[in-house]
Amino acid sequence: MTITHSVGGTTYRFDSLAALLAKASPARSGDVLAGIAAASDEERVAARMALADLPLRRFLDEPLIPYETDEVTRLICDSHDQAAFAPVSSMTVGALRDWLLSDAAGTEELTALAPGLTPEIAAAVCKLMRNQDLIAVGRKCRVVTAFRSTIGLPGRLSVRLQPNHPTDDPAGIAASILDGLMYGCGDAVIGINPATDSPAAMTRLLHLIDEIRLRHDIPTQSCVLAHVTTAMAVMDQGAPVDLVFQSIAGTQATNDSFGITLAMLAEAREQALALKRGTVGRNVMYFETGQGSALSADAHHGLDQQTVEARAYAVARAFSPLLVNTVVGFIGPEYLYNGKQIIRAGLEDHFCGKLLGIPMGCDICYTNHAEADQDDMDTLLTLLGTAGVNFIMGVPGADDIMLNYQSTSFHDALYLRATLGLKPAPEFEAWLERMEIADAAGRIRPRLTGESGARLLLAAGGAA
Amino acid sequence: MSDRPADPWHILRRHTAARIALGRVGDGLPLAHLLDFQMAHARARDSVHMPLDFAALEREIAQATGLAVRTLRSAAPDRALYLQRPDLGRQLAEGEAAKLPPGPYEVVFVIGDGLSSRAVKDHAAATLRALQVRLAGWHIGPVILARQARVALADGIGAAMGAAMTVMLIGERPGLSSADSLGAYLTWGPRPGLQNSARNCVSNIRPEGLLPEAAAAKIAWLMNEARRLKLSGVALKDDVPEALPDNPPTPPPFLP
Repeated sequence: MTITHSVGGTTYRFDSLAALLAKASPARSGDVLAGIAAASDEERVAARMALADLPLRRFLDEPLIPYETDEVTRLICDSHDQAAFAPVSSMTVGALRDWLLSDAAGTEELTALAPGLTPEIAAAVCKLMRNQDLIAVGRKCRVVTAFRSTIGLPGRLSVRLQPNHPTDDPAGIAASILDGLMYGCGDAVIGINPATDSPAAMTRLLHLIDEIRLRHDIPTQSCVLAHVTTAMAVMDQGAPVDLVFQSIAGTQATNDSFGITLAMLAEAREQALALKRGTVGRNVMYFETGQGSALSADAHHGLDQQTVEARAYAVARAFSPLLVNTVVGFIGPEYLYNGKQIIRAGLEDHFCGKLLGIPMGCDICYTNHAEADQDDMDTLLTLLGTAGVNFIMGVPGADDIMLNYQSTSFHDALYLRATLGLKPAPEFEAWLERMEIADAAGRIRPRLTGESGARLLLAAGGAA
Repeated sequence: MSDRPADPWHILRRHTAARIALGRVGDGLPLAHLLDFQMAHARARDSVHMPLDFAALEREIAQATGLAVRTLRSAAPDRALYLQRPDLGRQLAEGEAAKLPPGPYEVVFVIGDGLSSRAVKDHAAATLRALQVRLAGWHIGPVILARQARVALADGIGAAMGAAMTVMLIGERPGLSSADSLGAYLTWGPRPGLQNSARNCVSNIRPEGLLPEAAAAKIAWLMNEARRLKLSGVALKDDVPEALPDNPPTPPPFLP
């Protein structure tokens, strides 16, 4: 259905809700590549003006991808909570933006609203918000999850320790794990991207992390980021699986290209829950997403990449994950061209995820063919820390030697915690103190003399 | 900047090329390591952005192989657009197809700058020469050099030239420690619209990775198999004899 907006004597026409959302979206290369971006800056702002006047109900009445052909749409429609939606049900998108920023929208109200919001509503309001709006509202949202550590509490920042190695060499991976622990990282998860996606390789790596964890009684969880079917196979064989990983996306066709269905995710989750390996919580899923994946799979249905991305969060939400990670700059410059676009996308993803009630973290990253560098990552890191991001990545020296991209480092995590006064997950914080990796003030200053836990950790790792 | 601060567990570095045990200044990264990282990033970026000297490459390839060489442009007019519009890098610029010499040929080699001009400048001629000596009896077409090229650009070129097979040598997306990595993509029955699953790939061709000689042996083996079976891609299993180095048979997630 055509939507029009007149400004200064010019009438802009938008052929559909999807077209309006795409043209209202801040500029990025992926939407240009898809041929759906605004043709001019004026058209972009006109689209936002038109979007601001749309009633939220319109998004419930007009699915962007047909209900009959897409199981993500069916999930979104069937799980929509009308009672939770009631407080905002008569609002326009513009009114929702103002309300989100208002004093009336506190943490409690936002938590109650989350099940009443659809990804399309979150994406729409996101397009009307400046970066500081995304930070201000994101900061008010709170999503707390737990397994062996509790992630997302106020004043806390957790880190995924990412000890990848190009050949999955056990000694190489163990060395990076040890390094990360000595820098106070690993409270979100110790998560390895395996070079080989096979049950045997996955099981070997799971035992490697589990032995370190048990030997030093580390309150964290492990994950080998293999395909969900690989995780299901090794769980059948009794492997020590804490978290089940999967890349997910916002359309059924993209998920098809990943070789997954929603039923498969549900089955894997049941399998992991049955292992009862969590101590302080039962969130057993770890999902990764990222703008551009649907277009890359030629499965975006004409939706802009930020809107499709938000739909992936509805998929995540259905499985009560411990962690959801938007890998924001990994995909390359044809989707997010430069630092400005990566920074904006990172803030959008965090905001939409939190607003929809999922435990959002961010892999703040870039590739060497993007127009971005470590200064851009510092900016996004600091902004996301301010916005209350649940977790970030910790990669040795910010250089992932397996996946060949640059993320955030252990040092970056120390910087962010120190600068913003953020602490690790409480269970992990206590462990760092007990091990004397942290000093009395909570700073990471390992004591390597005498019989300190830090020294024993190094000795067990063959480095002292 | 010879001083490289380290943590007391720096001995663990012998197990991994990861940047571990870097030491701290307060919570920050010591300067020497900061500058090391910036140098690696600068090299990687230069590999992406430095224009390849096609005239020099044309001469070098002609001398090394004795084959005719033509240089063509993709539809991507410059690097910025090349990076944002991969679709343009997969088609020839208007009028360029008319310059292609008609075949038929058993194989046409296409050399594209891709995402690392340094890889092409340093390793393309050596790899092609090493390959050529293993292809006695093959009817090889003129070598096509392509500016602002993506892997799939070879599909249209191969189809227009009547090539049974194309092998694209192209600069791969540079990593921090691998700014000069060349990739080879073999496609049987090239035609526009092919999926990447229809190709076989030999990647990481560089001095610290797969040497040009070893890469050539592997590519030649795949070419002979493709010609025998009349196919390439996932159906062409990479059961290269053990003596040859192991490598993934199908393209990695990031095709240039």
